[in-house]
Amino acid sequence: MTNSINEKLIVLVEKMPAFPKSVQQVVQLTSDINASAKDIVRVIECDPVMTVKILKSINSSFYGLPQKVTSVQRAVVYIGLNTIKNIALGVAAMGILNANNKANFNTSNFLLHSLTTAAISKMLAERIGLSAIESSDCFVAGLLHDFGKVVFAEFMPDEFKLALEKSKEQQLPLHQTELEFIGLSHTQAGKILAEKWELSETLIDAIAHHHDLGPSQNALRDCVFAANQISKHMQFGDSGNPLIEDFPESIVARFGLNLTTLCDALGNLESVKTEAQSFINI
Amino acid sequence: MKFKFWGVRGSIPTPGPNTLKYGGNTTCIEIRTHSNDLIILDAGTGIHALAQNLLKEMPIQAHIFITHTHWDHIQGLPFFIPIFIPNNQITIYGGLDPVTNETINRALSVQLQYSYFPIREAQLNARIEYATVKPGVPIKVGSATITPIVLNHPVLNFGYRIDCDGQSIFFTGDYEPQLNIYDPEDDEYAEFQSFVDTKWAEVVLAMKDVDALIVDSSYTDQEYASKQGWGHGTYASGIKLATEANAKKLFFTHHEPTRSDASLDAIYQDLLQNYPETCCELLLAQEGVDISL
Repeated sequence: MTNSINEKLIVLVEKMPAFPKSVQQVVQLTSDINASAKDIVRVIECDPVMTVKILKSINSSFYGLPQKVTSVQRAVVYIGLNTIKNIALGVAAMGILNANNKANFNTSNFLLHSLTTAAISKMLAERIGLSAIESSDCFVAGLLHDFGKVVFAEFMPDEFKLALEKSKEQQLPLHQTELEFIGLSHTQAGKILAEKWELSETLIDAIAHHHDLGPSQNALRDCVFAANQISKHMQFGDSGNPLIEDFPESIVARFGLNLTTLCDALGNLESVKTEAQSFINI
Repeated sequence: MKFKFWGVRGSIPTPGPNTLKYGGNTTCIEIRTHSNDLIILDAGTGIHALAQNLLKEMPIQAHIFITHTHWDHIQGLPFFIPIFIPNNQITIYGGLDPVTNETINRALSVQLQYSYFPIREAQLNARIEYATVKPGVPIKVGSATITPIVLNHPVLNFGYRIDCDGQSIFFTGDYEPQLNIYDPEDDEYAEFQSFVDTKWAEVVLAMKDVDALIVDSSYTDQEYASKQGWGHGTYASGIKLATEANAKKLFFTHHEPTRSDASLDAIYQDLLQNYPETCCELLLAQEGVDISL
C-alpha cells in the first residue's frame, strides 16, 4: 500500500458516478415538484455513492458538528431536504456507474449484496436491542462495508479482475487476493476513504474490520459481519468473495446463535431481497 | 445596540401605494453597536437606501452577513454604493455551499458579469473581503459577537445571533422549522422525529433570551397548509420560537409579496387577539423605523 494509491483513490472517487436505478429515480423524483420527501430520501439512502457524498459533505470540518452524522435522514434535518436533493442530483449528473467494467465485476449483484447486508444488519441491530438510531447506523455500515470493491472495479479494473479470478479459482478470501494484486484490500481502501470523508469512528471501524474480527465493543461491526455472512449464505447478490466465514465466538456470543440458526431465527428473508431489488432493477 | 429595517419583503420588491407603510424592499437590516460598528444583515434591495444614508459617513467599515444566497437576499449588493468608493472597507460573510462548494464571494461576482451589470468586480474601488462563516463558530466585529447556526431552507441558510454589550438580536434569515417527512405509521417516523426535536432544541438554544428575535413569518397558518416545504415560517411558528426561547421582542418579517399594508394590519390585530398571553412583545417589521434595545 503506497500513499500514491491512496491519494489516487481519493481523487478518483470524487468523480465516481452512482448506480443506474438511483440516478434514474433521483432525476425523475427531482423533476416532479410533487414528489414526496420520503421517496427521495429512500432512493438516496439505498445508493452507496450518493450516501457517501452526503455524509462527506455534512461531516466536513465546515460544519464542525460535535457528533458525526451517520445517516441521510439526519443530514436532511441538519442541512435541509433541498440541499440533500441537489447534492444527489449533482451525483446523478456525473452519469451512471458502468455495469460492464473491465473487471467483469457485476455492479447490480454487488448492490444487491450491499443492500441486503444493510437491511439484515439493521434487523440484527434491532434484534439485540440497539436503539433506532444505532440500527439505522447499522444499515449505513452494511451498505458501505464493501465500498472499496466497487472503487477497485471502477478505477483499478485490471488488478481487481485478477484478484477476483484467483479468489474464485482457488477459493481464497478476496481481501487476500486484493492484497496480492492491488497491494490494498477493499477493507483498507474503505477505511482510507471513510477516514477521508470524516465518517463516524464506529462506521470506519465496521468498514475496516469486517473481515478481521476480534472481540469488539462495536456492536455495529458485529452486525455487519453477521449480516454479510447471512447475505452470502442466502445467495443474495454477489460481492466477489466466494467464501462464507464461520461465526467466531465473539459473534456467537453477541447473537446467541451460529450462522445457520441465526438465519433460521430471522425467518423468511426473501422479502429483504425483493425490496432491495426494487432499488436496483430498472 | 440599535437596528433598523431597510427591507422587510420576501421574494421580490413590491413598491407601490399598497406597501407604503411597511415597505416593499427585500431583506436588509442595519445594526449599530454602542461604538457605532456597522453590521448589515442581508443585501436585498433595501441595502440601496441604506447605502445612500451611509454616504455622509464615508469612509466606512461595513460587515455584511448574508443569511443565504437566494436572490432577494443578495440582489442589492451591486447597488451598495460604498463598494465603488475608495477607502471603504467591506467584509462580506457567508457560508460554503455544500452543493456547489462555492464561497460567498460568488454572490457578488455572479452578478457583476458583463451580461448582467456594467461594472466588473475588478473595477470596485473599495477594499472588499470575503469571509466564510462556520456554524457555531463566533465572529468578532468590534465589541459584537456574531454566531451563525444552520436553519432549514431550500438552500444553506444561516440564522445569526448578535451579542453586544449585554444585548442580543437574532435573525433567522429564511426559515421553515423542519417537519417530519414520514407519516406516523411509517417505521422511520419516530427516529426522524427525534432528529427534528434535537434540531429544534438547538435552534431554541441559539436564540435563548434574546432582546429582539426577527423571524421569517411569510405565511398565515391557512396559507402554510399549501406551502409546506417551501422554506418559510408562519406567524404561529415565530411565536412558538419566541415563547420557547424567551425572547423579549418578536419582529415578524419577510412579508409575503402580495401582502398589502391593510392585510398586514389585519393579521397583526388577529395575532394580538389570538395570542394575548404571549410573553414577548409582537411587532411587524417596518422599513425606516429606528429600534433601540
